[in-house]
Amino acid sequence: MGAKSRSRTRLVQLRLLAHARSGDKGDTANVGLIALDPAYYPILVKEVTEARVARHFKGMLTGGVQRFELSNLRALNFLLHGALGGGGTLSLKTDAQGKVFSTALLRMEIPVPADLDV
Amino acid sequence: MSAAGRVVRIASGQGFWGDWLEAPVRQVEGGPVDYLMMDYLAEVTMSIMQKQRSRDPSRGYATDFVPLMERILPTVVARGIRVTANAGGVNPQACAEAVVAVARKLGLAGKVRVGIVTGDDILDRLDELTARGHALASMDTGAPLATVRDRVLSANAYLGAAPIVQALVAGANVVITGRVTDTGLTLGPMIHEFGWAADAWDRLAAGTVAGHIIECGAQCSGGNCLVDWDRIPGMDEPGYPIVEAQADGTFAITKHPGTGGRISVPSITEQLVYEMGDPHSYITPDVIADFTSIQLRQAGKNRVQVHGVRGRPATEFLKVSIAYFYGYKAVGTLVYSWPDAYAKARAADRILRARLARLGLQFEEILTEYVGVNATHGRLGGPPHAEVPEVQLRVGVRARERAPVERFSRELAPLILNGPPSVTGFAGGRPKVEEIVAYWPALIAKTEIASRVEVMDA
Repeated sequence: MGAKSRSRTRLVQLRLLAHARSGDKGDTANVGLIALDPAYYPILVKEVTEARVARHFKGMLTGGVQRFELSNLRALNFLLHGALGGGGTLSLKTDAQGKVFSTALLRMEIPVPADLDV
Repeated sequence: MSAAGRVVRIASGQGFWGDWLEAPVRQVEGGPVDYLMMDYLAEVTMSIMQKQRSRDPSRGYATDFVPLMERILPTVVARGIRVTANAGGVNPQACAEAVVAVARKLGLAGKVRVGIVTGDDILDRLDELTARGHALASMDTGAPLATVRDRVLSANAYLGAAPIVQALVAGANVVITGRVTDTGLTLGPMIHEFGWAADAWDRLAAGTVAGHIIECGAQCSGGNCLVDWDRIPGMDEPGYPIVEAQADGTFAITKHPGTGGRISVPSITEQLVYEMGDPHSYITPDVIADFTSIQLRQAGKNRVQVHGVRGRPATEFLKVSIAYFYGYKAVGTLVYSWPDAYAKARAADRILRARLARLGLQFEEILTEYVGVNATHGRLGGPPHAEVPEVQLRVGVRARERAPVERFSRELAPLILNGPPSVTGFAGGRPKVEEIVAYWPALIAKTEIASRVEVMDA
Protein backbone atom coordinates (compact mmCIF):
# COMPACT_ATOMS: atom_id res chain seq x y z
CA MET A 1 0.00 0.00 0.00
CA GLY A 2 1.47 3.36 -1.03
CA ALA A 3 1.71 6.55 1.01
CA LYS A 4 -1.20 7.99 -0.88
CA SER A 5 -3.68 5.24 -0.06
CA ARG A 6 -2.48 5.16 3.56
CA SER A 7 -3.23 8.84 3.86
CA ARG A 8 -6.78 8.14 2.73
CA THR A 9 -7.66 5.84 5.62
CA ARG A 10 -8.34 6.50 9.27
CA LEU A 11 -8.65 4.30 12.34
CA VAL A 12 -12.12 3.61 13.64
CA GLN A 13 -13.15 1.57 16.68
CA LEU A 14 -15.21 -1.51 15.77
CA ARG A 15 -18.07 -0.40 18.02
CA LEU A 16 -18.94 2.21 15.38
CA LEU A 17 -19.04 -0.36 12.60
CA ALA A 18 -20.49 -3.47 14.21
CA HIS A 19 -22.51 -4.94 17.03
CA ALA A 20 -21.78 -8.27 18.61
CA ARG A 21 -22.91 -11.07 20.91
CA SER A 22 -20.81 -13.74 22.56
CA GLY A 23 -21.29 -17.03 24.33
CA ASP A 24 -19.38 -20.13 25.36
CA LYS A 25 -18.69 -23.76 24.44
CA GLY A 26 -16.49 -25.16 27.16
CA ASP A 27 -13.28 -23.15 27.31
CA THR A 28 -13.97 -21.50 23.95
CA ALA A 29 -15.70 -18.14 23.67
CA ASN A 30 -17.53 -17.30 20.46
CA VAL A 31 -17.99 -13.74 19.29
CA GLY A 32 -20.44 -13.00 16.50
CA LEU A 33 -19.53 -9.65 14.95
CA ILE A 34 -22.35 -8.10 12.89
CA ALA A 35 -21.99 -5.12 10.53
CA LEU A 36 -24.17 -2.15 11.49
CA ASP A 37 -24.45 -1.23 7.79
CA PRO A 38 -24.13 -3.48 4.72
CA ALA A 39 -21.33 -1.20 3.47
CA TYR A 40 -19.21 -2.07 6.50
CA TYR A 41 -19.26 -5.85 6.00
CA PRO A 42 -16.53 -6.07 3.32
CA ILE A 43 -14.33 -3.86 5.51
CA LEU A 44 -14.83 -6.22 8.45
CA VAL A 45 -14.00 -9.20 6.23
CA LYS A 46 -10.80 -7.51 5.06
CA GLU A 47 -9.58 -6.02 8.34
CA VAL A 48 -10.87 -8.18 11.20
CA THR A 49 -8.75 -11.21 10.37
CA GLU A 50 -7.88 -14.19 12.55
CA ALA A 51 -4.36 -12.78 12.96
CA ARG A 52 -5.58 -9.30 13.94
CA VAL A 53 -8.03 -10.71 16.47
CA ALA A 54 -5.37 -13.01 17.92
CA ARG A 55 -3.08 -9.97 18.33
CA HIS A 56 -5.91 -7.96 19.93
CA PHE A 57 -6.42 -10.68 22.55
CA LYS A 58 -2.72 -11.53 22.97
CA GLY A 59 -2.04 -12.88 26.45
CA MET A 60 -5.76 -13.45 27.06
CA LEU A 61 -6.16 -16.77 25.18
CA THR A 62 -4.37 -20.08 25.68
CA GLY A 63 -5.45 -21.28 22.22
CA GLY A 64 -5.92 -19.94 18.72
CA VAL A 65 -8.55 -17.93 16.86
CA GLN A 66 -10.85 -19.29 14.12
CA ARG A 67 -13.03 -17.13 11.89
CA PHE A 68 -16.13 -18.05 9.88
CA GLU A 69 -17.92 -15.80 7.40
CA LEU A 70 -21.70 -15.42 7.26
CA SER A 71 -22.20 -13.02 4.36
CA ASN A 72 -25.96 -13.75 4.51
CA LEU A 73 -26.12 -12.13 7.96
CA ARG A 74 -23.24 -9.71 7.29
CA ALA A 75 -21.56 -11.30 10.25
CA LEU A 76 -18.27 -12.93 11.19
CA ASN A 77 -18.10 -15.62 13.85
CA PHE A 78 -14.91 -15.92 15.87
CA LEU A 79 -13.99 -18.85 18.06
CA LEU A 80 -11.51 -17.79 20.73
CA HIS A 81 -10.03 -20.99 22.13
CA GLY A 82 -8.83 -21.12 25.72
CA ALA A 83 -10.48 -17.80 26.52
CA LEU A 84 -12.46 -18.68 29.62
CA GLY A 85 -10.05 -19.88 32.31
CA GLY A 86 -11.08 -23.51 31.86
CA GLY A 87 -14.68 -22.65 31.04
CA GLY A 88 -18.02 -23.56 32.56
CA THR A 89 -17.94 -24.37 36.24
CA LEU A 90 -14.13 -24.63 36.44
CA SER A 91 -13.53 -21.00 35.56
CA LEU A 92 -12.83 -18.48 38.31
CA LYS A 93 -13.43 -15.55 35.99
CA THR A 94 -16.24 -13.01 36.41
CA ASP A 95 -17.05 -13.64 32.75
CA ALA A 96 -16.77 -17.41 32.96
CA GLN A 97 -19.26 -17.85 30.10
CA GLY A 98 -17.73 -15.24 27.81
CA LYS A 99 -20.90 -13.15 27.79
CA VAL A 100 -19.02 -9.86 27.32
CA PHE A 101 -16.08 -11.00 25.20
CA SER A 102 -18.17 -9.45 22.42
CA THR A 103 -17.64 -5.95 23.78
CA ALA A 104 -13.92 -6.60 24.30
CA LEU A 105 -13.62 -7.22 20.55
CA LEU A 106 -15.52 -4.00 19.81
CA ARG A 107 -12.59 -2.08 21.37
CA MET A 108 -10.42 -3.01 18.40
CA GLU A 109 -9.49 -0.26 15.93
CA ILE A 110 -9.34 -0.93 12.19
CA PRO A 111 -8.43 1.26 9.21
CA VAL A 112 -11.37 2.40 7.07
CA PRO A 113 -11.50 4.67 3.99
CA ALA A 114 -11.27 8.27 5.17
CA ASP A 115 -14.50 9.15 3.40
CA LEU A 116 -16.53 6.26 4.87
CA ASP A 117 -19.72 7.52 6.47
CA VAL A 118 -19.53 6.26 10.07
CA MET B 1 -57.66 -24.55 4.65
CA SER B 2 -54.70 -25.33 2.43
CA ALA B 3 -51.60 -26.66 4.14
CA ALA B 4 -49.40 -24.11 2.40
CA GLY B 5 -51.15 -21.16 3.97
CA ARG B 6 -51.71 -22.56 7.45
CA VAL B 7 -49.72 -20.87 10.22
CA VAL B 8 -48.74 -22.56 13.47
CA ARG B 9 -47.77 -20.25 16.32
CA ILE B 10 -45.14 -21.49 18.76
CA ALA B 11 -44.41 -19.20 21.68
CA SER B 12 -41.30 -19.18 23.86
CA GLY B 13 -42.07 -19.01 27.57
CA GLN B 14 -38.77 -19.63 29.38
CA GLY B 15 -35.21 -19.26 28.10
CA PHE B 16 -33.65 -21.00 31.08
CA TRP B 17 -34.57 -22.24 34.56
CA GLY B 18 -34.82 -18.97 36.41
CA ASP B 19 -36.22 -16.86 33.58
CA TRP B 20 -39.05 -14.34 34.05
CA LEU B 21 -42.01 -16.11 35.66
CA GLU B 22 -44.54 -13.75 34.04
CA ALA B 23 -43.43 -14.55 30.49
CA PRO B 24 -45.33 -17.83 29.93
CA VAL B 25 -48.47 -16.36 31.48
CA ARG B 26 -48.35 -13.40 29.11
CA GLN B 27 -47.64 -15.68 26.16
CA VAL B 28 -50.77 -17.80 26.66
CA GLU B 29 -53.03 -14.88 27.61
CA GLY B 30 -51.72 -12.11 25.35
CA GLY B 31 -52.92 -13.39 21.97
CA PRO B 32 -53.36 -16.49 19.87
CA VAL B 33 -50.70 -19.20 20.22
CA ASP B 34 -50.88 -22.91 19.42
CA TYR B 35 -47.83 -24.11 21.36
CA LEU B 36 -45.82 -22.90 24.33
CA MET B 37 -42.21 -24.15 24.52
CA MET B 38 -40.08 -23.78 27.64
CA ASP B 39 -36.40 -24.56 28.02
CA TYR B 40 -35.20 -25.42 31.52
CA LEU B 41 -32.00 -27.39 31.14
CA ALA B 42 -28.48 -26.02 31.12
CA GLU B 43 -25.57 -28.45 31.05
CA VAL B 44 -24.87 -28.29 34.78
CA THR B 45 -28.56 -28.50 35.72
CA MET B 46 -28.78 -32.27 35.19
CA SER B 47 -26.15 -33.04 37.84
CA ILE B 48 -27.92 -30.84 40.40
CA MET B 49 -31.17 -32.66 39.66
CA GLN B 50 -29.45 -36.05 39.90
CA LYS B 51 -28.23 -35.10 43.36
CA GLN B 52 -31.74 -34.00 44.39
CA ARG B 53 -33.25 -37.28 43.17
CA SER B 54 -30.67 -39.36 45.03
CA ARG B 55 -31.80 -37.67 48.27
CA ASP B 56 -35.52 -37.74 47.45
CA PRO B 57 -36.90 -40.03 44.68
CA SER B 58 -39.83 -37.63 44.10
CA ARG B 59 -37.50 -34.81 43.03
CA GLY B 60 -34.96 -34.20 40.26
CA TYR B 61 -36.96 -31.95 37.93
CA ALA B 62 -37.50 -28.20 37.47
CA THR B 63 -39.79 -27.62 40.44
CA ASP B 64 -40.76 -24.10 39.25
CA PHE B 65 -42.59 -25.72 36.35
CA VAL B 66 -45.40 -27.09 38.55
CA PRO B 67 -46.63 -23.82 40.15
CA LEU B 68 -46.25 -22.21 36.73
CA MET B 69 -48.48 -24.87 35.17
CA GLU B 70 -50.96 -24.29 37.98
CA ARG B 71 -51.19 -20.67 36.85
CA ILE B 72 -51.49 -21.30 33.12
CA LEU B 73 -53.25 -24.68 32.79
CA PRO B 74 -56.81 -23.26 32.82
CA THR B 75 -55.92 -20.95 29.89
CA VAL B 76 -53.89 -23.65 28.16
CA VAL B 77 -56.89 -26.02 28.28
CA ALA B 78 -59.49 -23.39 27.41
CA ARG B 79 -57.56 -22.20 24.36
CA GLY B 80 -56.31 -25.61 23.23
CA ILE B 81 -52.65 -24.68 23.61
CA ARG B 82 -50.08 -27.48 23.83
CA VAL B 83 -46.96 -27.21 25.99
CA THR B 84 -43.50 -28.67 25.31
CA ALA B 85 -40.94 -28.38 28.11
CA ASN B 86 -37.74 -30.17 29.11
CA ALA B 87 -38.65 -29.47 32.73
CA GLY B 88 -38.55 -33.20 33.53
CA GLY B 89 -34.80 -33.13 34.16
CA VAL B 90 -33.72 -36.53 35.46
CA ASN B 91 -37.22 -37.37 36.69
CA PRO B 92 -39.87 -36.61 34.03
CA GLN B 93 -42.21 -39.18 35.63
CA ALA B 94 -42.33 -37.33 38.95
CA CYS B 95 -42.71 -34.00 37.16
CA ALA B 96 -45.64 -35.42 35.17
CA GLU B 97 -47.29 -36.78 38.32
CA ALA B 98 -47.02 -33.36 39.94
CA VAL B 99 -48.60 -31.67 36.89
CA VAL B 100 -51.41 -34.25 36.79
CA ALA B 101 -52.09 -33.62 40.49
CA VAL B 102 -52.27 -29.89 39.83
CA ALA B 103 -54.63 -30.42 36.88
CA ARG B 104 -56.99 -32.48 39.04
CA LYS B 105 -56.88 -29.86 41.79
CA LEU B 106 -57.90 -27.25 39.20
CA GLY B 107 -60.87 -29.39 38.14
CA LEU B 108 -59.28 -30.19 34.78
CA ALA B 109 -59.55 -33.99 35.11
CA GLY B 110 -60.15 -35.49 31.68
CA LYS B 111 -58.79 -32.38 29.95
CA VAL B 112 -55.05 -32.78 30.46
CA ARG B 113 -52.97 -35.56 28.95
CA VAL B 114 -49.30 -35.41 29.88
CA GLY B 115 -46.75 -36.97 27.53
CA ILE B 116 -43.57 -38.20 29.20
CA VAL B 117 -40.37 -38.51 27.18
CA THR B 118 -37.56 -40.57 28.71
CA GLY B 119 -34.66 -42.72 27.57
CA ASP B 120 -32.04 -39.97 27.66
CA ASP B 121 -30.68 -40.98 31.07
CA ILE B 122 -27.77 -43.42 30.56
CA LEU B 123 -26.12 -43.10 33.98
CA ASP B 124 -26.93 -46.72 34.86
CA ARG B 125 -25.72 -47.93 31.46
CA LEU B 126 -22.27 -46.32 31.37
CA ASP B 127 -20.30 -49.44 32.32
CA GLU B 128 -22.28 -51.62 29.93
CA LEU B 129 -21.67 -49.12 27.12
CA THR B 130 -17.94 -48.72 27.76
CA ALA B 131 -17.57 -52.50 28.13
CA ARG B 132 -18.99 -52.85 24.62
CA GLY B 133 -16.40 -50.47 23.21
CA HIS B 134 -18.05 -47.05 23.47
CA ALA B 135 -15.20 -44.94 24.82
CA LEU B 136 -17.45 -41.90 25.46
CA ALA B 137 -14.27 -39.90 24.94
CA SER B 138 -14.33 -36.22 25.80
CA MET B 139 -15.08 -34.08 22.75
CA ASP B 140 -12.83 -31.42 24.29
CA THR B 141 -9.71 -33.45 25.15
CA GLY B 142 -10.17 -36.89 23.54
CA ALA B 143 -9.60 -38.60 26.90
CA PRO B 144 -11.65 -41.77 27.55
CA LEU B 145 -14.46 -41.67 30.12
CA ALA B 146 -12.48 -44.11 32.29
CA THR B 147 -10.39 -41.09 33.36
CA VAL B 148 -13.30 -39.74 35.40
CA ARG B 149 -15.68 -42.72 35.57
CA ASP B 150 -15.65 -43.04 39.38
CA ARG B 151 -16.67 -39.39 39.73
CA VAL B 152 -19.56 -39.28 37.24
CA LEU B 153 -22.75 -37.75 38.66
CA SER B 154 -25.07 -37.74 35.64
CA ALA B 155 -25.06 -38.84 32.00
CA ASN B 156 -27.74 -37.91 29.49
CA ALA B 157 -27.99 -38.24 25.74
CA TYR B 158 -29.56 -35.30 23.93
CA LEU B 159 -32.75 -36.59 22.33
CA GLY B 160 -34.20 -34.82 19.30
CA ALA B 161 -37.69 -33.86 18.18
CA ALA B 162 -38.95 -37.37 17.32
CA PRO B 163 -40.20 -38.44 20.78
CA ILE B 164 -41.93 -35.07 21.22
CA VAL B 165 -43.79 -35.72 17.96
CA GLN B 166 -44.77 -39.19 19.24
CA ALA B 167 -46.17 -37.66 22.43
CA LEU B 168 -48.16 -35.11 20.42
CA VAL B 169 -49.50 -37.87 18.15
CA ALA B 170 -50.59 -39.72 21.30
CA GLY B 171 -52.71 -36.70 22.16
CA ALA B 172 -50.60 -35.11 24.89
CA ASN B 173 -51.31 -31.45 25.50
CA VAL B 174 -48.41 -31.14 27.93
CA VAL B 175 -45.17 -32.83 26.86
CA ILE B 176 -42.56 -33.18 29.61
CA THR B 177 -39.12 -34.39 28.64
CA GLY B 178 -35.74 -35.05 30.14
CA ARG B 179 -32.61 -34.06 28.18
CA VAL B 180 -34.07 -33.08 24.83
CA THR B 181 -32.35 -30.47 22.67
CA ASP B 182 -33.63 -26.94 23.17
CA THR B 183 -34.42 -26.73 19.46
CA GLY B 184 -36.40 -30.00 19.51
CA LEU B 185 -39.04 -28.35 21.71
CA THR B 186 -39.92 -26.05 18.78
CA LEU B 187 -39.16 -28.39 15.88
CA GLY B 188 -41.32 -31.21 17.34
CA PRO B 189 -44.58 -29.25 17.06
CA MET B 190 -43.74 -28.24 13.47
CA ILE B 191 -43.05 -31.83 12.37
CA HIS B 192 -46.30 -32.88 14.03
CA GLU B 193 -48.39 -30.11 12.46
CA PHE B 194 -46.95 -30.24 8.96
CA GLY B 195 -46.08 -33.92 8.70
CA TRP B 196 -42.51 -33.20 7.63
CA ALA B 197 -40.60 -36.32 6.59
CA ALA B 198 -37.54 -37.49 8.51
CA ASP B 199 -35.38 -36.57 5.50
CA ALA B 200 -36.98 -33.19 4.69
CA TRP B 201 -33.60 -31.69 5.62
CA ASP B 202 -34.27 -28.09 4.62
CA ARG B 203 -37.53 -27.95 6.55
CA LEU B 204 -36.06 -29.69 9.59
CA ALA B 205 -33.18 -27.19 9.45
CA ALA B 206 -35.66 -24.30 9.24
CA GLY B 207 -37.51 -25.59 12.31
CA THR B 208 -34.18 -25.97 14.10
CA VAL B 209 -33.19 -22.39 13.27
CA ALA B 210 -36.59 -21.21 14.54
CA GLY B 211 -35.96 -23.17 17.74
CA HIS B 212 -32.51 -21.64 18.15
CA ILE B 213 -33.91 -18.12 17.72
CA ILE B 214 -36.58 -18.48 20.43
CA GLU B 215 -34.88 -20.89 22.86
CA CYS B 216 -33.33 -18.05 24.87
CA GLY B 217 -36.64 -16.22 25.29
CA ALA B 218 -36.39 -12.44 25.13
CA GLN B 219 -32.73 -12.57 24.11
CA CYS B 220 -34.02 -12.29 20.51
CA SER B 221 -36.73 -9.71 21.20
CA GLY B 222 -34.80 -6.84 22.72
CA GLY B 223 -33.18 -8.40 25.77
CA ASN B 224 -29.38 -8.18 25.88
CA CYS B 225 -29.53 -6.41 22.50
CA LEU B 226 -26.62 -4.05 21.89
CA VAL B 227 -28.08 -2.12 18.95
CA ASP B 228 -29.93 0.97 20.24
CA TRP B 229 -30.24 -0.76 23.60
CA ASP B 230 -31.22 2.43 25.39
CA ARG B 231 -34.03 3.14 22.91
CA ILE B 232 -35.74 -0.26 22.97
CA PRO B 233 -39.19 0.46 24.42
CA GLY B 234 -41.07 -1.26 27.21
CA MET B 235 -38.29 -3.46 28.57
CA ASP B 236 -40.15 -3.65 31.87
CA GLU B 237 -42.65 -5.81 29.97
CA PRO B 238 -40.77 -7.38 27.06
CA GLY B 239 -42.71 -9.48 24.61
CA TYR B 240 -41.24 -12.98 24.37
CA PRO B 241 -40.82 -14.33 20.84
CA ILE B 242 -43.40 -16.25 18.84
CA VAL B 243 -42.62 -18.31 15.72
CA GLU B 244 -45.30 -18.21 13.02
CA ALA B 245 -44.39 -21.32 11.06
CA GLN B 246 -45.59 -22.53 7.68
CA ALA B 247 -45.45 -25.94 6.07
CA ASP B 248 -42.87 -24.87 3.47
CA GLY B 249 -40.30 -24.14 6.19
CA THR B 250 -40.56 -20.38 6.06
CA PHE B 251 -41.43 -18.63 9.28
CA ALA B 252 -41.72 -15.25 10.95
CA ILE B 253 -40.56 -14.21 14.41
CA THR B 254 -42.91 -11.81 16.14
CA LYS B 255 -44.41 -11.06 19.57
CA HIS B 256 -47.80 -10.17 20.99
CA PRO B 257 -49.15 -6.68 20.25
CA GLY B 258 -48.80 -4.16 23.05
CA THR B 259 -45.73 -5.78 24.58
CA GLY B 260 -42.32 -4.17 25.01
CA GLY B 261 -39.00 -5.07 23.48
CA ARG B 262 -38.12 -5.13 19.80
CA ILE B 263 -37.94 -7.72 17.08
CA SER B 264 -35.65 -6.54 14.31
CA VAL B 265 -33.06 -7.98 11.95
CA PRO B 266 -30.27 -6.88 14.35
CA SER B 267 -31.99 -8.41 17.42
CA ILE B 268 -32.54 -11.72 15.61
CA THR B 269 -29.03 -11.75 14.14
CA GLU B 270 -27.49 -11.31 17.60
CA GLN B 271 -29.38 -14.37 18.83
CA LEU B 272 -28.46 -16.39 15.73
CA VAL B 273 -24.72 -15.97 16.39
CA TYR B 274 -25.06 -16.67 20.12
CA GLU B 275 -23.03 -19.75 21.17
CA MET B 276 -22.29 -20.46 17.51
CA GLY B 277 -19.50 -22.79 16.41
CA ASP B 278 -18.98 -23.56 12.72
CA PRO B 279 -22.00 -21.86 11.13
CA HIS B 280 -22.05 -24.34 8.23
CA SER B 281 -22.78 -27.20 10.63
CA TYR B 282 -25.20 -26.61 13.49
CA ILE B 283 -25.54 -30.25 14.50
CA THR B 284 -28.64 -31.61 16.25
CA PRO B 285 -30.05 -35.14 16.49
CA ASP B 286 -32.54 -34.18 13.77
CA VAL B 287 -30.50 -32.43 11.09
CA ILE B 288 -27.36 -30.42 10.33
CA ALA B 289 -28.50 -26.84 9.76
CA ASP B 290 -26.43 -24.44 7.67
CA PHE B 291 -26.59 -21.01 9.29
CA THR B 292 -24.87 -19.45 6.26
CA SER B 293 -28.11 -20.07 4.32
CA ILE B 294 -30.46 -18.11 6.60
CA GLN B 295 -32.13 -15.08 5.01
CA LEU B 296 -33.75 -12.44 7.23
CA ARG B 297 -36.12 -9.66 6.20
CA GLN B 298 -37.88 -7.02 8.29
CA ALA B 299 -41.50 -7.70 7.32
CA GLY B 300 -43.18 -5.12 9.51
CA LYS B 301 -42.86 -3.63 12.94
CA ASN B 302 -41.57 -6.29 15.36
CA ARG B 303 -41.75 -8.90 12.65
CA VAL B 304 -38.80 -10.63 10.94
CA GLN B 305 -39.37 -13.10 8.12
CA VAL B 306 -36.93 -16.02 7.76
CA HIS B 307 -36.45 -18.11 4.62
CA GLY B 308 -33.85 -19.97 2.58
CA VAL B 309 -32.65 -22.28 5.37
CA ARG B 310 -30.76 -25.32 4.11
CA GLY B 311 -30.08 -28.56 5.94
CA ARG B 312 -28.07 -31.77 5.50
CA PRO B 313 -28.61 -35.32 6.78
CA ALA B 314 -28.22 -35.76 10.52
CA THR B 315 -25.20 -37.64 11.88
CA GLU B 316 -25.28 -41.20 13.25
CA PHE B 317 -24.51 -39.92 16.75
CA LEU B 318 -26.16 -38.24 19.69
CA LYS B 319 -24.31 -35.88 21.97
CA VAL B 320 -24.03 -37.05 25.56
CA SER B 321 -23.77 -34.62 28.44
CA ILE B 322 -21.84 -36.15 31.33
CA ALA B 323 -21.29 -34.33 34.63
CA TYR B 324 -18.55 -35.37 37.05
CA PHE B 325 -17.18 -34.18 40.37
CA TYR B 326 -14.02 -32.15 39.86
CA GLY B 327 -13.02 -30.37 43.08
CA TYR B 328 -13.64 -27.13 44.94
CA LYS B 329 -13.54 -23.41 44.40
CA ALA B 330 -14.25 -20.20 46.27
CA VAL B 331 -14.41 -16.57 45.22
CA GLY B 332 -14.17 -13.64 47.62
CA THR B 333 -14.36 -9.87 47.22
CA LEU B 334 -13.36 -6.70 49.09
CA VAL B 335 -13.96 -3.10 48.02
CA TYR B 336 -11.27 -0.40 48.36
CA SER B 337 -12.13 3.31 48.14
CA TRP B 338 -10.46 6.49 46.93
CA PRO B 339 -7.73 7.70 47.30
CA ASP B 340 -5.45 5.21 45.55
CA ALA B 341 -8.22 2.60 45.41
CA TYR B 342 -6.51 0.46 42.76
CA ALA B 343 -3.11 0.58 44.52
CA LYS B 344 -4.73 -0.51 47.80
CA ALA B 345 -6.54 -3.39 46.14
CA ARG B 346 -3.32 -4.56 44.49
CA ALA B 347 -1.45 -4.33 47.80
CA ALA B 348 -4.16 -6.44 49.47
CA ASP B 349 -3.77 -9.07 46.75
CA ARG B 350 0.01 -9.22 47.26
CA ILE B 351 -0.43 -9.62 51.01
CA LEU B 352 -3.09 -12.31 50.58
CA ARG B 353 -0.96 -14.30 48.13
CA ALA B 354 2.08 -14.11 50.43
CA ARG B 355 0.00 -15.44 53.30
CA LEU B 356 -1.43 -18.28 51.20
CA ALA B 357 2.09 -19.20 50.05
CA ARG B 358 3.45 -19.16 53.61
CA LEU B 359 0.67 -21.55 54.64
CA GLY B 360 1.90 -23.90 51.90
CA LEU B 361 -1.57 -24.16 50.34
CA GLN B 362 -1.65 -25.79 46.90
CA PHE B 363 -4.12 -24.50 44.33
CA GLU B 364 -4.65 -25.35 40.69
CA GLU B 365 -5.26 -21.66 40.11
CA ILE B 366 -5.46 -18.37 41.97
CA LEU B 367 -7.13 -15.68 39.89
CA THR B 368 -7.21 -12.01 40.84
CA GLU B 369 -9.49 -9.56 39.10
CA TYR B 370 -10.10 -5.90 39.85
CA VAL B 371 -13.76 -5.15 39.20
CA GLY B 372 -13.98 -1.67 37.72
CA VAL B 373 -10.57 -2.12 36.08
CA ASN B 374 -10.01 -5.41 34.30
CA ALA B 375 -12.62 -8.05 35.25
CA THR B 376 -14.38 -8.13 31.90
CA HIS B 377 -11.85 -6.88 29.33
CA GLY B 378 -8.50 -7.75 30.92
CA ARG B 379 -5.70 -5.43 29.88
CA LEU B 380 -7.77 -3.99 26.99
CA GLY B 381 -9.43 -1.44 29.26
CA GLY B 382 -6.10 0.15 30.13
CA PRO B 383 -5.14 1.47 33.57
CA PRO B 384 -7.92 2.96 35.70
CA HIS B 385 -8.40 6.69 36.19
CA ALA B 386 -6.12 7.93 39.01
CA GLU B 387 -9.13 9.25 40.93
CA VAL B 388 -11.27 6.11 40.49
CA PRO B 389 -13.75 6.18 43.43
CA GLU B 390 -13.52 2.48 44.25
CA VAL B 391 -12.15 -0.83 43.03
CA GLN B 392 -13.39 -4.27 43.97
CA LEU B 393 -10.71 -6.88 44.61
CA ARG B 394 -12.03 -10.28 43.50
CA VAL B 395 -9.93 -13.35 44.22
CA GLY B 396 -10.85 -16.91 43.25
CA VAL B 397 -9.09 -20.19 43.99
CA ARG B 398 -9.60 -23.74 42.72
CA ALA B 399 -8.20 -27.02 44.08
CA ARG B 400 -8.94 -30.74 43.89
CA GLU B 401 -9.00 -30.93 47.71
CA ARG B 402 -11.40 -29.08 49.96
CA ALA B 403 -8.92 -28.10 52.72
CA PRO B 404 -6.90 -25.42 50.90
CA VAL B 405 -10.07 -23.79 49.53
CA GLU B 406 -11.61 -23.83 53.00
CA ARG B 407 -8.51 -22.17 54.44
CA PHE B 408 -8.48 -19.55 51.67
CA SER B 409 -12.03 -18.60 52.62
CA ARG B 410 -10.71 -17.66 56.10
CA GLU B 411 -7.80 -15.57 54.83
CA LEU B 412 -9.80 -12.78 53.17
CA ALA B 413 -11.68 -11.31 56.15
CA PRO B 414 -8.57 -10.60 58.26
CA LEU B 415 -7.47 -8.10 55.60
CA ILE B 416 -10.28 -5.80 56.78
CA LEU B 417 -8.32 -5.07 59.95
CA ASN B 418 -4.78 -6.11 59.12
CA GLY B 419 -4.37 -4.97 55.51
CA PRO B 420 -4.47 -1.79 53.41
CA PRO B 421 -6.90 0.98 54.54
CA SER B 422 -10.29 2.16 53.23
CA VAL B 423 -11.76 -1.30 52.81
CA THR B 424 -15.44 -2.24 52.95
CA GLY B 425 -18.05 -4.40 51.25
CA PHE B 426 -17.64 -7.62 53.17
CA ALA B 427 -21.33 -7.91 53.98
CA GLY B 428 -21.62 -11.38 52.45
CA GLY B 429 -19.30 -12.88 55.05
CA ARG B 430 -16.76 -15.58 54.33
CA PRO B 431 -16.52 -16.80 50.72
CA LYS B 432 -18.59 -19.93 50.17
CA VAL B 433 -16.68 -23.11 49.32
CA GLU B 434 -18.39 -24.60 46.26
CA GLU B 435 -18.17 -28.08 44.83
CA ILE B 436 -17.21 -28.01 41.16
CA VAL B 437 -19.22 -30.26 38.87
CA ALA B 438 -17.47 -30.34 35.53
CA TYR B 439 -18.91 -31.13 32.14
CA TRP B 440 -17.77 -33.94 29.85
CA PRO B 441 -19.28 -33.80 26.35
CA ALA B 442 -19.16 -37.07 24.37
CA LEU B 443 -20.85 -38.85 21.47
CA ILE B 444 -22.81 -42.10 21.38
CA ALA B 445 -24.16 -44.05 18.40
CA LYS B 446 -27.86 -43.33 17.89
CA THR B 447 -28.56 -47.07 17.72
CA GLU B 448 -27.69 -47.36 21.44
CA ILE B 449 -30.32 -44.88 22.61
CA ALA B 450 -34.03 -45.73 22.60
CA SER B 451 -36.35 -42.94 23.64
CA ARG B 452 -39.61 -43.88 25.37
CA VAL B 453 -42.93 -42.06 25.32
CA GLU B 454 -45.77 -42.63 27.76
CA VAL B 455 -48.91 -40.67 28.49
CA MET B 456 -50.64 -39.98 31.78
CA ASP B 457 -54.17 -38.57 31.99
CA ALA B 458 -55.37 -36.17 34.65
